[in-house]
Amino acid sequence: MADIKNSADLSPPSEIIGPLAWLRSNLFSSPLNSISTLIGLYIVYALFIPVIDWAFVSADWLGNNKDACSLKGACWVFVIQRLDFFIYGFYPDAEYWRVNIIFVLLALLIMPQMVEKAPYKRFSGWFFLTGFPIIAGVLLLGGILGLEPVSTDKWGGLLLTLVISFVGIIAALPLGVLLALGRRSKMPAIRIICTAFIELWRGVPLISVLFMASVMLPLFLPDGANFNKLLRALIGIVMFQSAYMAEVIRGGLQAIPKGQYEAAASLGLGYWKSMSLIILPQALKLVIPGIVNTFIALFKDTTLVLIIGLFDLLQTVNSAIVDPNWPQVSTEGFVFAGFVFWIFCFSMSRYSIALERKLDTGHKR
Amino acid sequence: MQDNTKQEIDSEKQSEDIIKLNGVHKWYGEFHVLKNINLSVQQGERIVICGPSGSGKSTMIRCINRLEEHQQGQIIVDGVELTNDLKHIEKIRREVGICFQHFNLFPHLTVMENLTLAPIWVRKVSKEDAEKIGMEYLERVKIPEQADKFPGQLSGGQQQRVAIARSLCMNPKIMLFDEPTSALDPEMIKEVLDTMIELAETGMTMLCVTHEMGFAKTVANRVIFMDEGEIIEANEPHKFFDNPEHERTKLFLSQILAH
Repeated sequence: MADIKNSADLSPPSEIIGPLAWLRSNLFSSPLNSISTLIGLYIVYALFIPVIDWAFVSADWLGNNKDACSLKGACWVFVIQRLDFFIYGFYPDAEYWRVNIIFVLLALLIMPQMVEKAPYKRFSGWFFLTGFPIIAGVLLLGGILGLEPVSTDKWGGLLLTLVISFVGIIAALPLGVLLALGRRSKMPAIRIICTAFIELWRGVPLISVLFMASVMLPLFLPDGANFNKLLRALIGIVMFQSAYMAEVIRGGLQAIPKGQYEAAASLGLGYWKSMSLIILPQALKLVIPGIVNTFIALFKDTTLVLIIGLFDLLQTVNSAIVDPNWPQVSTEGFVFAGFVFWIFCFSMSRYSIALERKLDTGHKR
Repeated sequence: MQDNTKQEIDSEKQSEDIIKLNGVHKWYGEFHVLKNINLSVQQGERIVICGPSGSGKSTMIRCINRLEEHQQGQIIVDGVELTNDLKHIEKIRREVGICFQHFNLFPHLTVMENLTLAPIWVRKVSKEDAEKIGMEYLERVKIPEQADKFPGQLSGGQQQRVAIARSLCMNPKIMLFDEPTSALDPEMIKEVLDTMIELAETGMTMLCVTHEMGFAKTVANRVIFMDEGEIIEANEPHKFFDNPEHERTKLFLSQILAH
C-alpha cells in the first residue's frame, strides 16, 4: 500500500533570507538601484553630520548663564537653566511639589495601561478618568486642605499644555460619542440640535473660538459674572474638539453592519444597552486611528491659547528666547519645544497602535 | 357528540395560538411587500416558510419580533400586540429568539460573552448562572470547547450554532430562523440542521424560512409557500410536496427540487 507521506519542511535557501539577502534585494538589486542607494546614503550623511555635531558634539550642556555657551553648537545650557519655567510656568517655586506629585501620579497611572497584564489595570484606568482629575484639580488650585491657593493665571508651560489637553481629551470623547449618537437619532429634535452643534463648531476656526471665549463672551455676561479665563478657553476647546470627535465616531457607527443592531435588538436589549455593549465598543475600536488623530491635533492645538494670553509650553519658550540675557537661543528653544511635543504625540500614536492590536479579535471579513 | 369534542379541541387550540397575524400589510415605500397576511401559529408548532426570493418571507417573520414594522393589520405574539409601544416590543423580543442568515454574532465578545450578554443585562441573571446556562446550551449545540474563542475564529456552521445557542439562552418561547443555512458551505449545513431538529424535538415553537426541503419534510407541521407578498398555500408537508394545489407552488417546487 502506497503511503502518502508529508515531506518535512526545509529551511529556505540562504540567498532569500538574512540581512545580506535583504540588502541585495532591496538596495543593490541593479546598478541603478546601487547608485541611488549610494546617493541616498551620501545625502543622509551630509545632512545628519552637521545636525549631530550641532546638537551633541559641539553643544554646551553645563553652566548657568550665556557665557557657558561657546556658540559653536547648541546652547542647551539655556534650556536647562529655564527648564523650571518651561515646565511650571509662573507656578510658585515653593509649590512645585504639588505639580510634581501630579506628574508622578500621571506616569504611574499611564504605565499599567501600556503593559499587557498589569495588576489593577481596570481600576487604574477608571481612577485615571475619575479620581485623578479631582486630585489634580485640588492640588493645582489649592485653597483647601491647607494648600496655598494658586490662581490659574500662574499656570503655564508644560503643566498648562497637559492640563488643557487632558481636560480636552477626557471631555471631548464622551461628548463626541453623545453628539454622534444624537446625529444618528431617529428623533428629529435631537438630530437637528446635534447636527447644528457639530456643524457650527466645525465651521469656525479654533482661534476664533478662543477669541470669542476670551474677548467676546465677557461682553455679553453681566458685570461681575466674569469667570476664569482658563475655564473659558477649556470650554471652547472641548466644544470645538467634541464636534470633530463626533464626526470621527459617526464614521465608526456607520461601519457597523445593520445585523449587529438587529441582533442586539432581537435579544431584547434597549437602545442604551445595545449602544454601550454592542455598537460603541466595535465602532470606537474601528476609529481608534481617527480618535487618536484628533487627540494629537488637540494636543498641538493647545499652543493656540497663546493668543488669549495663556502661557502654554510653546509660549513660555517664546517668551524666554527674547530674554536679553540669552542671545541667539531661539533655535534651541524651538527644538526643545518641538521635541517635547513630538514625544507626547509619538507616544499617543504608538499607544493607539498597541491598542488596536490588542483589541483585534480577528473578525475581519 | 363528536362535533362537540371537535369544538372543544378547536377552542383549546384557539387559546394556544402563540402568534397571530391578522390582515397584515407592509410597504417599503411604494412597494407592497406583505399583502393581507393571515397566520395563526400554535404553541409547539413548527412551520417552514418557503418561496422565491423577494416574496416577503423574511419580512414576515421579521415583523414578528418587530425588526420590521407593519403598517396595517394586527400582530399578536404571546398575548401581546405589537404596536409602537417600546415596552411591548422589548417584552416580545425577550420571548422571541431569532437566528439570522449571517449569524450576527458580536465579534468583539467571546462565544461565552455572546451567550451571557442578554441574560445578564436583560434578564438580570447573575454572571455565574448565565455562564452555567450558556455552557449547557453550548453543550447542546456540541461546541463547549469553543467557549473562550472569538466568533471570528469559528467556522460558519459553528458560528450559526453559537447564534442558536445565544437565542436559546434567553429561554424564548418562539424561535424564528431567517435562512439559517443559506450562508453556509454545504458541509456545514447538516450540523446546523441537526441542531434545529434537536430543538424541534424539545417542543419549541419554530418558524423557519429555509429552502432545505428535506428539513421541511421531516420536521415541519406545516409548510407555507409565499409569493409576491402573499401566502399562496399552507399545508402539511406530505400534502404540500406530493399534491401542491396551486400552479405557482408546483412551479416553485419543480424549480427547487429539479436538480
